[in-house]
Formats: sequence, C-alpha cells, structure tokens
Amino acid sequence: MSSINQLLLEAKSVTKYFGTITALENVNLKIHAGECLGVVGDNGAGKTTLMKVLSGLYKPSSGSLYFDGKKEILESPKDSQELGLEMVYQDLALAGNLPIGENIFLGREPTKNLGFIKLLDFKKIKELTDAHLGKLKINVKSADQKVEELSGGQRQAVAIARSTAFNAKVVIMDEPTAALAIKEVGKVLDLINSLKKTGVGVIVISHRMDDIFAVCDRVMALFQGTNFAESELSKTSRDEVIGWIMGKK
Amino acid sequence: MDNKDQEKDSLYLKLIPYFDRYGILLLLLIMIVVMHFLQPDVFLSWRNVTNVFKQISWQSMLALGVFMVIVTAGIDLSVGSIMMLSLMILAIVAKAGAPWFVVAITPLIAGLICGLINGLGITILRMPHPFIMTLGTLYIFRGTGNLISGGTPISGFTDEVRYLGHGRIDLTWLGLEKSQYLPVSLVLIAIVYIIFWVFMNHTRTGKWIYAIGGNPSAARASGVNVNKILVIVYSLCGFLSGIGALILAGRTDSGYPNAGLQSELDAIAACIIGGASFFGGRGTVLGVFAGVMIMGILRNGLNLMDVSSFWQQVLIGSIIVLAVYIDVLRRDLGTRK
Repeated sequence: MSSINQLLLEAKSVTKYFGTITALENVNLKIHAGECLGVVGDNGAGKTTLMKVLSGLYKPSSGSLYFDGKKEILESPKDSQELGLEMVYQDLALAGNLPIGENIFLGREPTKNLGFIKLLDFKKIKELTDAHLGKLKINVKSADQKVEELSGGQRQAVAIARSTAFNAKVVIMDEPTAALAIKEVGKVLDLINSLKKTGVGVIVISHRMDDIFAVCDRVMALFQGTNFAESELSKTSRDEVIGWIMGKK
Repeated sequence: MDNKDQEKDSLYLKLIPYFDRYGILLLLLIMIVVMHFLQPDVFLSWRNVTNVFKQISWQSMLALGVFMVIVTAGIDLSVGSIMMLSLMILAIVAKAGAPWFVVAITPLIAGLICGLINGLGITILRMPHPFIMTLGTLYIFRGTGNLISGGTPISGFTDEVRYLGHGRIDLTWLGLEKSQYLPVSLVLIAIVYIIFWVFMNHTRTGKWIYAIGGNPSAARASGVNVNKILVIVYSLCGFLSGIGALILAGRTDSGYPNAGLQSELDAIAACIIGGASFFGGRGTVLGVFAGVMIMGILRNGLNLMDVSSFWQQVLIGSIIVLAVYIDVLRRDLGTRK
C-alpha cells in the first residue's frame, strides 16, 4: 500500500483552448495516495474539461501532467489507463447493448489463443466480473445482464466497478451520485471511502455539498477556468465552498 | 398490479430474449412450410433449393458487409457500386489475358480499396454521417466502373474464375444423381458466414464493433480506437462486396454496367428484416442470414406461383416496415425508462 503522502498525479499550469474560448487557464491540481479531492465549480467552470485533460481525452494546449513524479504526454485514454488513472464519466460511458461483464472489460477483454487467432475468453470474463462485483458488494442478478436493463444506481455501480477492475491508482468520478436514488447515494459514498483505504486517490467532481463533506479530505474550486480557492476540508465550511462556486471569497 | 399480473408480465419479459434471438428463424421456418404446402412438388426439390442459394449468393455477401456497418450505427449505400466496379475491373483484367488467379483476386482487392476509401472518408474527412460519404461513392464507383469499361458489357471468363459462382460439387459418390450437386456458392456462403460469426461474437474487434454501435463515447473512453475500427468495418464491407463481384462474375460470365443496381437497398433490407437495428449495436450474423433467406425465398416462391414482381416489391416493403415496428416494440419493452 502506498503511503498517504505519496503524490500520485500532478497537473501543472494546464491551459486548454477550444478555438477562441479559453476553457482552462494555468490550472494546477495534485492528488495523493489514499486521499479524496473534491473539485467544485459552477457549470462551465472547467471541471469536466480538466478531467478530460487528465484522462487523455483532450490534449492540453499548454501545461504538463506528472504521474508518480514523471512527466507524461497522453495521446489517448489508453495511455492514462496504463498509468493507473481511471475515469467514471457523468454520462456513465457504458454500452447498454453489452452485458455487465463485457462493459467492465471493454477494451481490455481477456482472450485465449486458438491456434494463431485470439478469441474472447467469456468464462474468464464472467469469473473475474463475479469476483470483482462480489468484492465491491455490488448486487446484480447476473454478470450476463445487459446494462440497459439496470437501474441508474446499478449502472453507476457497474461504472465504478469498471474503473476499479484494473488496480487503478487514481479514480476520477464525475458527479458520481447525480443520477442516483437517495438510498443508493450512501452505497456509492461507502464505495469511495473503501477505495481510499486501499490507497487509491479519488477525485470527485460534485455539486452536492453532502457528498463532498462526506468523503473528501481536500476541496478545490474552479471559477471561469482558473484555480479559485483550495483548502483542507476541516478548515472550511459549506457556506464558504458554496461562495467559491459563485466566485466569492 | 396483483401477483398474477406480475407473474404473467415476467413470463412475457422472460420470453423476449428468446424471441429476440430466434424469432426471425421461426418466421423463416413458417415461410418454408407455407411455401412447401403451396408448391409441394417444386419448392423443396433439390433443384429449387440450390437455385435459391445460387440466387442469394452474392446478395448474402453484400448483406453481411452492410450488417457490420449497421451494427456501428452507420450505413453503406455504395456496396452495389463497389460490386459493379470490382466486377468491371475483373472483366478488364480477364480480357487483358491475365492468369486466372490474378483475375480472381482483383475484385477482392478492388472491393477492399473501395471500402477503405469509404472508411477513410467517414473518419478523416469527418463526414457528418456515413450516409453522405457512401451516397457520394455510390455515384463515384459506378461512374468509374462505366468510365473504365465504356459502359458496355465485357463477357467470357475462364472456368477457374467462374468457380465460386458457377462451380458444382459432385455428390454422385454419395449415391445421389448427377443433377443433385452442391453449388460451390452455397459452401462459400456457409464458410464466410461462419468466419464472420466468429469474428463478430468471439473476437475483441467484433465486440468493439458492437460497443461502438451501443455507445461510441463509451468505446472511446475505454481506449477503443473508434476510427480505426470504423475503417476496418467499411473495408471489410468493401471486401465482401468484392467477393460478391467474383460470385456474380461466375454466375453471369459477364461484367455488365447494371450489375448490383439498387442491391445496396436489398442488402439493407435483409439486415433490417434479420433484426439488425438502425440505432446500432443490435443484430446477429444468423439474423442477417435469415433476412437474406427470407427475401430469397419470398422472391423464389412468388416466382414459382407466377405472382407479379410488383407484388414482390409490395411484400418486401411491408416486411421491412413490420420488422422495424417489431424492433420499436422490442426497445420499448426491453429497456428501462
């Protein structure tokens, strides 16, 4: 297990332009092992853009990313995945027409060799899926169930299971509780706390102060694409954080 | 809702996946039985059954290619033109006196290149929808085929070139009569469909094709190179159209300007009847085969009964609408809202 202080990921003065629009300007971010960072900000403050830069979906216009202290240039989400960064998207990023297991292993399916061709190992996919869902105490009827047949909460659970199936070091969750029924929110927050205990660094983007104050150790606010404020959670209050979102200090 | 209603409801819901998977085969079976009773002496005769397979041979290749494209939520309107252009190139190469194996491989390469052009156009030129790119190439490929051939038929191929479309596998060693042969095209259909069934269901690339159709951003976020897969899919579609051209060359012994005219629509129709969803991500290789068979048997049966080809058009159109309506109902029932 990594020590709590170990710096897993650092973004230094990341700037991102879309044509003439400046989405991010000189934004810095740090995440340590076993820590949960809450990222807050109004719509259009640049939270999602920043996360997409971290995951390699967008290339920053300038600035750089450091994984385990080493500067890395990400060409695609595959690169960040190999460095141990996983993303749980707001739109869930699951293919509804595929079963749970195949979603969890999408892009990284285990295969078996049949002569010179590689065929999918459905048995292994099912075994690994059952084991992983069991470890996270996620209840579904069967790993063969199609994702489109699941409830919103179950889908979110599958999305989180997906992100943690490959020994992730950093997991980014974009509005992890937004689509959930109230009784399912607690389960997801429990899941985040247990991830922290395993030494994973969790970045949570959320509008819900309840979520931020339930799981985060540190909170940072973006405002109009810049770092606006940042604090240990214990040294701030809900009202202050809400003020940051509005652009008031 | 009381318990009894719930039970009924859940049984109904439980049956949906089976109907989903095998309903189309049931329809095919019903059609065969009905045709058999309408034409008891002819329909299931050796001669007629092999005839149906010979007739659907090249369409089944086009339909299989279009099917993969439809699974990605795309469309390929150019398969008929790809087949025609590949056929014309084959005819010209044959006329020039090239050895048979060169002639036979030419349409496959031509088809592959045409498909590659479609795929690159859709991904690199970032066409808003594959419909537009392939509508363009529908005209471009057919025009090119007419330009290089002068718009006139070119006939006369060697037996080796005609083997896939015209060849017969003798079965007299099984004690059957000389007329009870197996068309090579039937064996080819079986082999190609089995290969593509394995490809679509048991390889990562096949799974990713379904994932792209289900949710392209999920596939992208999972590290799947969506553009690369799309290029592969359109190239394979072109390649299969090239195989179609080789079969057609065997069947007709001629490269002719009207080859494959509107056959892209037949290919799309077969996919839709076979249960492929235009929204992408849904459909099976077996379903496409059933779709091709249903269209083939419908045409064959109506011909046997001397029904006007105009009625065939009306019936095929009606089946398409019905099949898509079933797809709509299925989505309503199968998905949580």
